[in-house]
Amino acid sequence: MSTHEHPDYLGHHFETPQQQYDSSKLGMWLFLATEILLFAGLFCAYSVYRSNHPEIFVYAHQYLDKTLGGINTLVLICSSLTMAWAVRSAQTNQRRGLILLLSMTLLFGCCFLGIKYVEYEQKWKHGLLWGKRFHPHTEETRSHEKTAPSAVPPAIASQPAPVAPPPPTGEDRSLIEAAPRGPAGLAAGAIEERKPGHEGSRPSNVQIFFGIYFLMTGLHGLHVIGGMSVIGWLLVRSVKGHFTSEYFTPVDLGGLYWHLVDLIWIYLFPLLYLIG
Amino acid sequence: MTETSSTPHGLSIHIMGVPVLLAVWALLVVGTVVTVVAAGIDFGAFNLWLAMAIATVKASLVALYFMHLRYDRPFNAIVLVGSLLFVMLFIGLALTDTAQYQPEMIPGYSPGMKE
Repeated sequence: MSTHEHPDYLGHHFETPQQQYDSSKLGMWLFLATEILLFAGLFCAYSVYRSNHPEIFVYAHQYLDKTLGGINTLVLICSSLTMAWAVRSAQTNQRRGLILLLSMTLLFGCCFLGIKYVEYEQKWKHGLLWGKRFHPHTEETRSHEKTAPSAVPPAIASQPAPVAPPPPTGEDRSLIEAAPRGPAGLAAGAIEERKPGHEGSRPSNVQIFFGIYFLMTGLHGLHVIGGMSVIGWLLVRSVKGHFTSEYFTPVDLGGLYWHLVDLIWIYLFPLLYLIG
Repeated sequence: MTETSSTPHGLSIHIMGVPVLLAVWALLVVGTVVTVVAAGIDFGAFNLWLAMAIATVKASLVALYFMHLRYDRPFNAIVLVGSLLFVMLFIGLALTDTAQYQPEMIPGYSPGMKE
């Protein structure tokens, strides 16, 4: 075995290209597992908050744009197709195909971020933000748009967030601030009357939904940017002709990362936009 | 419709066929449309499980074909499934814990309730 050819791309500590390829792939999968666990923290926050306060999710998810979210899902699926195809092109020595498909993947990534920007901008305009920055004025904005499309009175924008009702007093009462409604089941009747359409029936603490929304989509968005940087780097290297059917590991691993980003969005889309 | 190739240096790899890639893409698009349509219909408590089931089918398609897991060494799949088991353990235990804090244990916590 010691007399075998040792190609340039083969690390000196690897016996064969096959061993190097398999090791790289295993390493990438271990990294992807840590990425899944990173997102698991946010999915856990989502699950706990949703199980305790389903009414907030029923109320708040209607403010997310299902159409834009759906289009973005399709954009990511298309980008996954072009990425998987790009890996195939690298494996079959089709350099022009590889360049074209990587460029298309990059374009789909830009498209996703562009749509995400439009969504974030709408949330920003309507004050649907996290924590203390939550000053919703969507209903008001809508009615003003009918009469005067341009002007949103600054008075509305600067309205303070609604204050939670004062806790009940008395010796037996806890000092913990009152929640407007009990958790699921105990206040089942209360959830009904808080369905969308009832003006002025916003449950308390809706800002936490938007906190979760911005954290989850924001972290995902950062991963999209990361994936696009990797694809950009792969594109430069494929233009230089670095990848052949002998050596395409970076394209393969970059592809795995990009697919993971798609995979996480596949769960984020229904959880945040669709089920309320 | 998939091929395997062996290079002069003995790198034995699996190459996804274009028809398989396109078929998986089409199924993912159909899955997305089904999720959106299903979300418009109210199945009550079943809504969440239906959406998660569709998402899991879509995710499996991506992992098995786009990410090559079906043709890879099984250890890569074990890493992925292992991480998902830990995610389930994490979220499952957190939910079990939070369910223990019922409002009746804290008087006045839930004014919406009849006492």
